[in-house]
Amino acid sequence: MKTGIGPGIVEGQTVVREIHHNSQRQVNKGRIRWTPILLSGYLLAARPVFGNPEDPLQMPNMFKPQSTPAHSIFDLSLFVLAICAVIFVIVFSLLAYSVIKFRRRADDDGREPPPVYGSNQIELAWTVIPALIVLVLFLATARVIHAIQQARKPPEAIDVIAIGHQFWWEFRYPAFGVVTANELHVPTSDPSHPTPTFITLLSADTDHSFWVPRLAGKTDLIPNRVNHMWIDPNETGIFVGQCAQYCGTQHAKMLLRVYVDSPDQFKQWVQQQAKPAQVSESAKEGRRIFETTACINCHSVSGTVADGRFGPDLTHLMSRDTIASGAATNNSENLRMWIHNPDAIKPGSLMPAMNLDRRDLDALTAYLETLR
Amino acid sequence: MSSTSSAPSPIELQWVLPSRGHVGMLALIAAELAIFTIFVVAYLFYIGKSVTGPMPRDVLEVPIFATICLLSSSLTIHAAVRALRNGRVRTFGMWWFVTMVLGLIFLGETAREWHHLIFEKSLTISTNLFGTTYYSLVGLHAFHVTVGLICIAIAMILALLGKVKQEHNERAEVFSLYWHFVDVVWIVVFTVVYIIGR
Amino acid sequence: MASESIALTTAHDVPQPIGTILHDWVVTVDHKKLGILYILYALVFLVIGGIEATIMRIQLIVPHNHFVSPQVFNRMFTMHGTTMIFFVAMPILFGFGNYLIPLMIGARDMAFPRLNAWSFWLTAFGGLLLYFSFIGGNGLYGAGNAPDVGWFAYAPLTATAFSPGHSTDFWTLGLLVSGFGSIGTAVNILATIVCLRCPGMTISKMPLLVWLNLVMAGMVLLAISPLTAAQMMLSLDRFLGAHFFDTLAGGSAVMWMHFFWIFGHPEVYVLVIPAFAFASEIIPVFSRKPIFGYPVMVAATVCIGFVGFSVWAHHMFTVGMSSYANSFFTITTMVIGVPTGIKIFNWIATMWGGKIILKTPMLFCIAFLFQFLIAGLTGIMLSAAPFDWQLGNSYFVVAHFHYVIVGGILFTLFGAFYYWFPKMSGRMYNETLGKWHFWLFFIGFHLTFDFMHVPGLLGMPRRIYTYEPGRGWDIWNLICTIGVFFQIAGTLGFIGNLLWSYFNGKAAGNDPWDAWTLEWSTSSPPLEYNFAKIPVVKSRRPLWDIKHPEDPDWNYE
Repeated sequence: MKTGIGPGIVEGQTVVREIHHNSQRQVNKGRIRWTPILLSGYLLAARPVFGNPEDPLQMPNMFKPQSTPAHSIFDLSLFVLAICAVIFVIVFSLLAYSVIKFRRRADDDGREPPPVYGSNQIELAWTVIPALIVLVLFLATARVIHAIQQARKPPEAIDVIAIGHQFWWEFRYPAFGVVTANELHVPTSDPSHPTPTFITLLSADTDHSFWVPRLAGKTDLIPNRVNHMWIDPNETGIFVGQCAQYCGTQHAKMLLRVYVDSPDQFKQWVQQQAKPAQVSESAKEGRRIFETTACINCHSVSGTVADGRFGPDLTHLMSRDTIASGAATNNSENLRMWIHNPDAIKPGSLMPAMNLDRRDLDALTAYLETLR
Repeated sequence: MSSTSSAPSPIELQWVLPSRGHVGMLALIAAELAIFTIFVVAYLFYIGKSVTGPMPRDVLEVPIFATICLLSSSLTIHAAVRALRNGRVRTFGMWWFVTMVLGLIFLGETAREWHHLIFEKSLTISTNLFGTTYYSLVGLHAFHVTVGLICIAIAMILALLGKVKQEHNERAEVFSLYWHFVDVVWIVVFTVVYIIGR
Repeated sequence: MASESIALTTAHDVPQPIGTILHDWVVTVDHKKLGILYILYALVFLVIGGIEATIMRIQLIVPHNHFVSPQVFNRMFTMHGTTMIFFVAMPILFGFGNYLIPLMIGARDMAFPRLNAWSFWLTAFGGLLLYFSFIGGNGLYGAGNAPDVGWFAYAPLTATAFSPGHSTDFWTLGLLVSGFGSIGTAVNILATIVCLRCPGMTISKMPLLVWLNLVMAGMVLLAISPLTAAQMMLSLDRFLGAHFFDTLAGGSAVMWMHFFWIFGHPEVYVLVIPAFAFASEIIPVFSRKPIFGYPVMVAATVCIGFVGFSVWAHHMFTVGMSSYANSFFTITTMVIGVPTGIKIFNWIATMWGGKIILKTPMLFCIAFLFQFLIAGLTGIMLSAAPFDWQLGNSYFVVAHFHYVIVGGILFTLFGAFYYWFPKMSGRMYNETLGKWHFWLFFIGFHLTFDFMHVPGLLGMPRRIYTYEPGRGWDIWNLICTIGVFFQIAGTLGFIGNLLWSYFNGKAAGNDPWDAWTLEWSTSSPPLEYNFAKIPVVKSRRPLWDIKHPEDPDWNYE
């Protein structure tokens, strides 16, 4: 089936031509679009992106698994699809045949056909055979259920706590003292020395669901309940997903990205994230505005007086590619717009319009842009 | 199909199906049992899970007297129906009255218990999970008792006016099915709330 | 009233003042009139629900569309789902059941005619209460209006904190009220079938439609009640500060899901079993053969009725239940595929060796078989919990259940309309227009719902008012929306056919299809008392026995 085909992609407000990931595995019927110049231009102009700049955004597709849970599900799905396809072909053929062969002809003599009331042998046959198919399907399925849900956690696993909010993702790495939002960074996992990421799923308000199809099936984030999932991606890349349980007005834009880094890149990223916020003299005015208006009620910037927990942690805001949980690209114009009028980007989100005058808005944006 | 003769055939003569009153009431009882089951499941699930507030053993007193009254009313209503079936209308009226009184005592005791819990023990439906599940389950049951008592009162008035005759015994029996159901539910609620949950 | 006269009167004979006619319909306790009221009520809401769906599909025709705001879209999917299930599907199936069951069992009316009327008006009022929310829903915070919590209204999104105002209350109370109506109808159907069958019609000689409605009624009694209980709990939370689903006080969001789906899953069997009933009546008549395997069809349906109560948490596979729970619900869901498949095989076996008449009712039933087969298979796929972990809550599921409800239930409903319209109105419908309806709707259905599976496989979740371009979802959404317009065209043809034929159709006579169940022995439309003399039957096809006295069915059953 065709995947990832269409004219240019628009992620957020900026129109960017991004590369469709056409791996060596799949022949794409002549609609490959490569715009490396534009892409690298975008990356150069933007804030530093952690993760391999050559990696394109991997669009969701459960048939392109890149992590063990997704692989197991993919293998099972092929098996199930095959059985269902066979059943369909058989039954559909019988149906089509009966409609064609036993149609009443134009020259019909008007006599009723011989009535057949039933047949115990036939009934037995088409009870037993489906029952056996069910048994086989169930055994195959139960194996996968247990393999995924009861996977042992190796000692080198990365621990992440994901907290769902209306309408953004909070990610905490308790072992590293890192708090970030919306863009989850994990290292690749080498099967000989596994470093999977085990994610604990919590919610601060309503139900959400974490779904990045190439990496795993979805698991819900439910308040007053602790859920778990794990991924062990084998290739670097940026994997895209979104919230999959209706959580309110802006459920549609609670987007999700998983940045799979090489182990070295991941270490670098963690080190950078664990640092407190950079202090920049040029943004003193903006920082003053930030720390004396309502911003700090919701947002944290580590190393400063801001420690609000309702909204995303902004300590390393500029290390992220997007804002508003993927709804807009992280650039100056969008940042400004988000603070000034969030409803223009994400109507119904819980970020209030800050009602700052132009000067304050410029200063504040400048301050935020120093938070690398 | 039968022929055009007007005399009933043997099939028609021996064709007896259950009474629709009984079947209808049993169907209604099945649906009501399902509703109660959900409230009981919620009660059981939330035992011990209250985050704050008074716990059952601190505030609950086992309503022995009320229970005896309500369960006896099943016996009295059965006696009333039997009397009516045998044509003894006055006896029916007497037992019916006793049933009503026993039901009213039960409701009165429930009201007293609730008054005590709300004003002296500060337990309301919004206090904690125990308050929520307790008042909703006991309250749902009390509501069903109330509806039953209203029906009993109406029948009582009709009996006093002399309108109730022997041929109404089937209707009285159908109603008594409802009353027995209310009592059976109370046995379950009592066990869950005052024995298991405490 | 026409009950005095013994001579046959048709619906068009005696003209009466419009006031009398309306009054007659409002106070009626006649099962036939109530059946028609249910059906007409449901048809109105079918159009309204269809408009809501069209609005959604237009919004989704291209990514980042601005046809409606997110708030409006969220209300649309909530109202569309709620309307279609509670105010279209259930009333229309109750309506057909009400109309047909007494006729098919040789009775004069339902067991409790006044309860019947009460149940209808309660259901009708519930729908009006729900729709009042569009104009009356403004609560304190200005966040009123129609409910926007999704048709399954998961907690704690429905808590006052996250749904201020009264929109959720309209959802809760509208459905509570109509739920009591549904329970009333179920009690009535059960009592009617158990107590009012004509002499000779033992349990094993009832038409399959009657058997299946009996199972459906039993399921309604046990399935609607959990929803009623859960909605009472939600109302206590919202109005009196109770904590059933208040997660801050220790309440459980998952408990709402359990209670809802203990209702929600049997509910879909409540909807599909009467659809099976229509197919079980139409397919034999249009194949000119008795149903293949009557006892097995009954047993399979009863089996579905029971097993259907054990599968509910397959709607909750992603909630984080243990692997044992997930395995349990996987196996029960797969198991229920067995009796369902058996029924499909039996219908095909009924057609096998027959003389199939490809008129409109049969066309719809053949399409039903094809589509229900596919729907069942996608259901089997989803029953494998890991598969559901990928595809649950995605457009794959939306495609699956619309395949069942539209491709399965609505198609057989259309078939039922065409099949029994002559009986209910005394007129034949227009066959050419009927075939146009069929083909337009068939094309539209497949355009929309076949291709809808693909975005699900490509990661598109449900209930999103817009989507990101470049994920490969664009073209499929476009095709789905185009299909909607074919379906609209087909539906318009359907309504036009009904209206035109009611006034201009050929007289139908008692038995235009040469069928075999008792309703075809009455006039078209039947007199108010149904039968001059209560019939006595000896087999499952009493009219076959009359038409073929030399070779009656009771020699073979």
